[in-house]
Amino acid sequence: MSSIAVDQQAGRRPAAAALAFVRRHILTVYSVLFFAYLLLPIAVVVVFSFNNPTGKFNYTWQGFTWDNWHYWDGVPGIRSAIILSLEIALVASLVATALGTLIALALVRYGFRGRATTNILIFLPLSTPEIVLGASLLTLFLNVAWVPFGFWTILIAHIMFCISFAVVTVKARLVGFDRHLEEAAMDLGANEWTTFQKVTLPLTAPAILAALLLCFAISIDDFVVTYFNSGSQVTFPLFVWGAARIGAPPQVNVIGTAIFVVAVAAMLGNVILQRRREVRA
Amino acid sequence: MSFFHRHRGLTPYLLLAPGTAFLAVFFVVPLGFLAYQSLESGNIDFGYAFTWSWSNYGNAFRDYHAQFVRSLEYAGIATLLALVISYPVAYWIAFRGGRWKNLLLLFIVAPFFVTYLIRTLAWETILSDNGFVVHALQHLHALGSGGRLLATSTAVVTGITYNFLPFMALPLYVSLEQIDHSLIEAAEDLYASKLHAFLRVTLPLSLPGVVAGTLLTFIPAAGDFINAQLLGSPENHMIGNVIQSKFLELTDYPAAAAMSFILMAGILVAVAVYARAVGTEQLTGTAV
Repeated sequence: MSSIAVDQQAGRRPAAAALAFVRRHILTVYSVLFFAYLLLPIAVVVVFSFNNPTGKFNYTWQGFTWDNWHYWDGVPGIRSAIILSLEIALVASLVATALGTLIALALVRYGFRGRATTNILIFLPLSTPEIVLGASLLTLFLNVAWVPFGFWTILIAHIMFCISFAVVTVKARLVGFDRHLEEAAMDLGANEWTTFQKVTLPLTAPAILAALLLCFAISIDDFVVTYFNSGSQVTFPLFVWGAARIGAPPQVNVIGTAIFVVAVAAMLGNVILQRRREVRA
Repeated sequence: MSFFHRHRGLTPYLLLAPGTAFLAVFFVVPLGFLAYQSLESGNIDFGYAFTWSWSNYGNAFRDYHAQFVRSLEYAGIATLLALVISYPVAYWIAFRGGRWKNLLLLFIVAPFFVTYLIRTLAWETILSDNGFVVHALQHLHALGSGGRLLATSTAVVTGITYNFLPFMALPLYVSLEQIDHSLIEAAEDLYASKLHAFLRVTLPLSLPGVVAGTLLTFIPAAGDFINAQLLGSPENHMIGNVIQSKFLELTDYPAAAAMSFILMAGILVAVAVYARAVGTEQLTGTAV
C-alpha cells in the first residue's frame, strides 16, 4: 500500500516540479507566450514568402521554393508600387523632419505667445482617426482643384501626418539638452548661427535621425490616408490591398519580409549605438 | 546674423511658420471643407450645393447606427483585451527586464515593422478554415466541425487587438518604468502583502500609462476598416467601411462627410465618458 503511494509520488514529482516552476515564474512564462503570439503573424509572413502555391491563394503550405525571392518583381505593378512608396517616403520624411525640427526648436527654446495653441495643433493630428484625416484632405482636393490626384496629393498627405511625429520625437530629445554648452560657445565668441551649426545641430543629430527613420517607416506603411488621396497612383500598401481581393501573391510576403528585416536591422543598430554611447558616458 | 539679434522676439515665429502653415492648410482647412461638405446636398452628376442640409447627419445615424455602435463596441473590446494582455508583459519588462529592456521593447514594436495590411493578411492565413487554429478549436469542440473563424466578429476583434497592441504596451511600460521602487518596498515594509502593494501602489501609479494606452488604442481602432474588410463579413462592417465606400465607391460625399464627423463626435464622447471615470487630471497629464 505504502509502496504504491511512494510510486505515485515519484511519478508525480516531475509534473509537480514543472508546476512549481511555472508558478514561481508565472510572469516569465506568460511573457514568453505573449511574445510567441506577437511574433506568430510575422513568422507566417516570412514562412509563406517561401511557399509555392498551386492556386492563386497563398493560404496553405504547398512546398518550399526560392522562386518568389528570385522573381520578387514577377507580378505586374509591384515594382512601380515599391518605387513610388520609396520616393514618397524619402521626400515626405525629409520635409516633415525639417519642418518638425524647426517647430520643436521653437517650442523647447522660446517662450512666446501662442505656445499652447501650437501644442494643440501638433497634438490634434495624432489624435484624429486616420480615416478622418484622409477624408478631410480628400474633400479639400476635391473642392480646390490645384493639384490632380496622384504623386503630389499623396506626398502632401504624408508630410501632413508625419510632422507631428517628427515634432514629438525631436522635442523629447531637446528637453534634456544642456543649454550651458551653447552659452559656452557664445561666450567664446561664436554668433548664434555658428553656435547652432557647431553645437546645437550635432547634439540634436541623433534625434533628427530618429525622426527621419520614424517618418520614413510611417509613410511607407500608410494605407488609409493614401487610399483616399492617391487617384490612380498605386503605392505598395495600395498594391497589397488590390492584390488581397483576388488573392495576394507570395511576392507580397517577400517584400513584407524585406521591409521587416531592414527595419529591425535599423532599430538594432540604434539600440547598439545607444548602448555604446551610454557605456562611454 | 545680426537680423536675429535685432529681432530676437521674431525667431520662434520664424521657426514655427513653415510647419504650422503646412498643418493649417492641410489639416485644419480640410476639416473645414469636410464640415462644409457634410452640409451639402445633391449628387455627383449634377453637382453638390451648400444647403445647410443637417438631414445628412440624421440620415447617416438612422441608416448606419448599427455600424456606429459596432465600431465603438469592437474598439472597446479590443482596447480592453489589449490592456489585459499587455499589462503583465509591460510589468515584466519594466521590473525584470534588466539590461534586456531595449531588446524586449524592440520585440513589442516588431509587428509595426511588417506592413499593416500584410500582417492583417497573415491573420487571414492563421484564422483560415484550413489553419491550425480552427483545427485545434474543432478538436476541442470549442468550434463545430463546420465552424469557422474568418468572417466572424471574433476574427475582426482579434485582428484589431493585435494590430494596435504596441500602442497599449508602450505607454504602459513607460509609466511602470518610472515608478520609484522604494515606494513599493516601503509598502511592503509596512506589512502590505505583495498583492496589496501592487493594488495600492503600483497599479495607481501606472494609471497614466493605462489612460494613454487606452486612448492610443481606442481612437485608431474605432476608425479602422481594414480588419473588418479583410477578416470579417459585411455583417461585421464598421463605420469606417461605410465611410470608405461612400467616399470612394459611391461618391456620396455629403453623407460620408457627415459620418466622419459623427465618428469623431462619437470618439470624443467615448473619451469624455472615460475621462469622467478616471479623472480629467490623468487625461490632460498624458496629453502634454
